[in-house]
Amino acid sequence: MGAVERHQATPPRQDWSFAGAFGRYDREQLRRGLKVYRQVCVSCHSIRLLAFRNLGEKGGPELSQGEVEALAATYKITDGPNDAGAMFERPGRPSDRFPPPFPNEQAARAAFNGAYPPDMSVLAKARGYARGFPLFLLDALPGVSYQEHGVDYIVALLGGYADAPNGVTLPPGQFYNIYVPARRIAMPPPLSDGQVSYDDGAPATAAQYAKDIAAFLMWSAEPHLDERKQIGLRVVLFLIVFAGLVYFTKRKIWANVEH
Amino acid sequence: MSGHSTYTPKSAFARWLERRLPLLSFIHASFVAFPTPKNLNYFWTFGAILSFMLVAQILTGVVLAMHYTPETTLAFNSIEHIMRDVNWGGVLRYAHASGASMFFLAAYIHMFRGMYYGSYKAPRELLWILGVILFLLMMATGFLGYVLPWGQMSFWAATVITNLFSAIPYVGNAITTWLLGGYSVDNPTLNRFYALHYLLPFIVAAVVGLHVWALHVVGQNNPTGIEVKDEAKETVPFSPHATLKDSVGLVLFLVLYAWLTFFVPNYLLHPDNYIEANPLVTPAHIVPEWYFLPFYAILRAIPNKLLGVIALFASIIIVAALPWLDTSRVRSAVYRPAFKKLFWVFVAACLGLGYLGAQPAEGVYLIAGRILMAYYFFHFLALMPALGKIEKTSPVPDSIEEACRAASAARADAAKKAKAHA
Repeated sequence: MGAVERHQATPPRQDWSFAGAFGRYDREQLRRGLKVYRQVCVSCHSIRLLAFRNLGEKGGPELSQGEVEALAATYKITDGPNDAGAMFERPGRPSDRFPPPFPNEQAARAAFNGAYPPDMSVLAKARGYARGFPLFLLDALPGVSYQEHGVDYIVALLGGYADAPNGVTLPPGQFYNIYVPARRIAMPPPLSDGQVSYDDGAPATAAQYAKDIAAFLMWSAEPHLDERKQIGLRVVLFLIVFAGLVYFTKRKIWANVEH
Repeated sequence: MSGHSTYTPKSAFARWLERRLPLLSFIHASFVAFPTPKNLNYFWTFGAILSFMLVAQILTGVVLAMHYTPETTLAFNSIEHIMRDVNWGGVLRYAHASGASMFFLAAYIHMFRGMYYGSYKAPRELLWILGVILFLLMMATGFLGYVLPWGQMSFWAATVITNLFSAIPYVGNAITTWLLGGYSVDNPTLNRFYALHYLLPFIVAAVVGLHVWALHVVGQNNPTGIEVKDEAKETVPFSPHATLKDSVGLVLFLVLYAWLTFFVPNYLLHPDNYIEANPLVTPAHIVPEWYFLPFYAILRAIPNKLLGVIALFASIIIVAALPWLDTSRVRSAVYRPAFKKLFWVFVAACLGLGYLGAQPAEGVYLIAGRILMAYYFFHFLALMPALGKIEKTSPVPDSIEEACRAASAARADAAKKAKAHA
């Protein structure tokens, strides 16, 4: 091991409640993830495609209508122009989307030494990676299907910080992380034990936060996953039964044809 | 072979219509009475499967078009709007994206089936050429559609593919500018790609009409490759026999399609396409959709850009010349032992090229790509013409009927032997 490893490491595979054909989101986990987003990520990352009303929809954190309204009201939304032609700020409503922490990309880059914290709306799908031949062939198969590469990557990245090994010098404002390309990242380690307090008994550790926020981001990227899989089960089951019926009809029709 | 229709109009309206426009007897002759060789196997169901996929793509596509916005600052968001806010939007979009993959999968099986059983040979040359034209139109449609979500892969695939045309001497750059509607991929490009992506499927549908028409003139090939001699004994009416067999194939195919759509919809999509297009950031690896990978490997195997582009197009056009490149007088691989082996070697070479198309074009991958590309052309230009002249074929039965009898005799024999052993 003479050379210093420069390529990113492969994220370890995690257990997810939403993996596989019967997988569904864990509502409590999504609620914890929302908490982590609101207390940690939100200071730098936007999640612009997510609306407050989504938080109350089925197959998500499923907050009550009152909770959604209260949460939305804590955000200031720029609206307008009003009758006087001026823009104004008002409290958020469930139909609003999460406002970004910075007005535009340039403002974010100016604040972060040139780095731009990516929008988190579909990040869990955008960070997927291919396992390569031949493992990728397994990734589509019933029973062993693996579609959670992006979520696993997020968990790995959040726990992937380490001291730079000897021989690696990092430019100022860069951190060593074994799971990112070239092993350097501008984001400081965002999570530490005890940073967010949970009220459902889940451990308040950085490792737990990482899993919860990753699950929340998966939901944000694919808010209708539960429904899609539910419909899918019915569709596939129907098609298999229908295939059998059509097959036996075909056999009957062809019974007296020698072929 | 579509023959005379035995259709007689029963109702007064049908008689009225029949005298003015014989639509009902046309449908009856084409899809009910049409004589189908009775020995077709399940590989012959892919024609019906492809027709279904075309209709499915058009239907899902038309609804998606109602919610999509072809404008560079809004396109990416409008796809996410479909995924999040439109009723059934996620299912529709995944069905359309997976549908493209399933369409190509069915087309490849359909084409390889034609190659294996010699379906392209006289008198089916034009039928085959129409098929190659359909394949080209499908490739164009698939590529144009891939650009519309306006993710990173959309943008950079559009850049790479349109850039191919700049390799044409003298007029290349002018053509590229004309295609793009500017000097780089931008809003005019997205707008015209959207218009063309909506237009081409209807041209595909028209060519499918010609393809089916040609098929109904010359009749279907069959696993023996022997022409039908006795219509009464060797064929069955299209309905209900072929319609039901096609339905079995179709429903099983739909199980796979549904699995892909509902459970692993992002399996064949590139993660980078969930990042909005950014002309200032080039992805580390630009890879096309899986169904273009063998051709992408051929393009990159040649260091000269113009020659690479020529090889890419030649690799598709050459398929249309197959009826004349194959000199064998025997159609089906069933009676061509040497060709049968070489066919599978060819399939392996295509899969190998597909694998290499997804790898970086460097080192051992590049060398392997060159070898497989050379073999691809060698198969068409040397093996197919030579093999027909030197191959010792096995005895070909006189008729489909004889082949069927021999097959069922062999089955009975095997059953008897198995019984004696037990």
